Amino acid sequence: MSGKAKTYLVSATLAATLVSGVVHADVVIGVAGPMTGTYAAYGDQMWRGASAAADEINSSGGINGEKIRLVKGDDVCDPKQAVAVANRLIDSDKVSAVVGHFCSSSTIPANEIYADAGVISMTPAATNPQVTERGLPTVFRNCGRDDQQGTVAGDYIADVLKAKRVVLIHDKDTYGQGLVDATKIELNKKGVKEVLYEGLTRGEKDFNSLVTKVRALNADVVYFGGLHPEAGPLVRQLREQGVTAKFVSGDGVVNDEMLGAAGGPKYVDGVLMTFGKDPRNSSAGKAVIEKFRTSGYEPEGFTLYSYTSVQALAAAFSATKGTNGEKAAQWLKSHPVPTAMGIKEWDSKGDLKVSDYVMYQWGSDGKYKQL
Amino acid sequence: MDGIFLQQMVNGLTLGSVYGLIAIGYTMVYGIIGMINFAHGEVYMVSAYLAAIGLAVLSFFGVESFSFLILGTLIFTIIVTGVYGLVIERIAYKPLRNSTRLAPLISAIGMSLILQNYVQLSQGARQQGVPTLLEGSLRFTVGSGFVQLTYTKLFILAAAFVGMAALTYLIQYTTLGRMCRAVQQDRKMASILGINTDRIISSVFIIGAAMAALAGVLITMNYGTFDFYAGFIIGIKAFTAAVLGGIGSLPGAMLGGLILGVAESQFAGMVNSDYKDVFSFSLLVLILIFRPQGLLGRPHVTKV
Repeated sequence: MSGKAKTYLVSATLAATLVSGVVHADVVIGVAGPMTGTYAAYGDQMWRGASAAADEINSSGGINGEKIRLVKGDDVCDPKQAVAVANRLIDSDKVSAVVGHFCSSSTIPANEIYADAGVISMTPAATNPQVTERGLPTVFRNCGRDDQQGTVAGDYIADVLKAKRVVLIHDKDTYGQGLVDATKIELNKKGVKEVLYEGLTRGEKDFNSLVTKVRALNADVVYFGGLHPEAGPLVRQLREQGVTAKFVSGDGVVNDEMLGAAGGPKYVDGVLMTFGKDPRNSSAGKAVIEKFRTSGYEPEGFTLYSYTSVQALAAAFSATKGTNGEKAAQWLKSHPVPTAMGIKEWDSKGDLKVSDYVMYQWGSDGKYKQL
Repeated sequence: MDGIFLQQMVNGLTLGSVYGLIAIGYTMVYGIIGMINFAHGEVYMVSAYLAAIGLAVLSFFGVESFSFLILGTLIFTIIVTGVYGLVIERIAYKPLRNSTRLAPLISAIGMSLILQNYVQLSQGARQQGVPTLLEGSLRFTVGSGFVQLTYTKLFILAAAFVGMAALTYLIQYTTLGRMCRAVQQDRKMASILGINTDRIISSVFIIGAAMAALAGVLITMNYGTFDFYAGFIIGIKAFTAAVLGGIGSLPGAMLGGLILGVAESQFAGMVNSDYKDVFSFSLLVLILIFRPQGLLGRPHVTKV
């Protein structure tokens, strides 16, 4: 084959690929979160939720006749990785929307990239206020905010537990520290001054020195802002050193893996945490939840949040007859969307109009339920 | 001297003895071939998984008593981890024995990535956990406070001590130990005197891996939870301990581990746990400024 013929062949193939790319104009939605790594359990919840929603929408005709195709983005909850993933989703996967990310520290930098490209993004889990406080028009949040969550936790600690000596521990991450700060503000407002405010290191397993300190302070509540890989060993070491203080945390430990991380029901018994009203109790999502359960998967934690994120994005695209991020964002901010978690409405910042944080408690049977 | 201080001492010593066990692997390999085996933290991580597998298999076959359970798990973990150590050395380091000093360093980093990803893919990325094996604790009243010493912690201290004593005996009083020391002092001379240096280097990797395996079983028992990334932080801490004590020196690794563990715990207890790593690394810098060879290391003398 001569050099010229080769060139023709290459350009013909290229042209064919380009054309076929146009013909199969799927609506590509990125699902970005910790698909691997220590927090992979949450990425799994996100992926399962989003996939189920995409299947459901595709089987009933798709968006404006086009099918949804999901692509995975793995950020390992690492902000640097999140930026790389965001760029890849925009540049090579050409996504029209993104469901993600999970960790606040990843969501904040990644959102900037989506917003610059005019791509609409919705996080099912990142609760740090900064996610929606930067005036990015195409950023949405399908869960509550840490200031709301912290208020609920602070009120509960001050009013229901009537705690006098509160220890605040965070994991030095955007989410964990932000949550602890929000709780601290509410506690201080109620006249409860914390006796200790300290951070631990993500990835470590030995918190005994911190635990001894907590023990010496005679705390009656330990409030932790962080995720289950650290919360588990922390609560276990507290109990092993004989600290009986109530352990309270946020939506970072809403996961059956908390049980494994802590080493059994004996240690998680009585652990309290704030989370949105259990979406599994909503009547709107009954059919969806049944479907998950018959497939052998319990839609816990953030599964339904991801499911409804895809639903909301699809609804916005259908209503605006296209995949323009800005138009879809404007539509979402002015129209209520019926979802598997009931009707959802977003305000002008992209936050949910109604937050529904409630307190949950782990029992001695190794399961958690709403109080 | 109150209960809290003593409790932090106990916390620090248990943590430090585990650091020490892992540091041995770094220091022995450095002593004998002058390279930092960055895959050693991952060897510890693999052993944590093996420990959990061993425990699961033994309980499946109805082994209930703690001593049999732990003994069986220890033997299983040490043997299999030893094989890992051997294979890693054969694949990643032996072919590079006579190349530049940087080459095995790079292949060590590669090995560490391979092990992490291999465990993640084969075992899943989820947190793994084992239930408490040894329940209960001792409690001593000291002044106004008390010191709580769980049986698990006691067992860790005892096992680490026995492990280190056995290693010291092996190195000081056996033929294998004598050969190890000979290879460490002068590899060429040792081989002229009829020592199979390749075999000795392999056994050093196996011994290092065995010590990491002991640490893996102990940590799995104590914290009950681990994941494929567990080797990273603890590997760095153990490496620090080895440098602190004087890299190449066995007692140095143990001492370095204990000092690092106690320093971290006491600092976290008395000042602030946010800055405990800052404190321990400042300590390392200070010691290296005044004793560049580490606490028990021998100063480097250029041979002419």
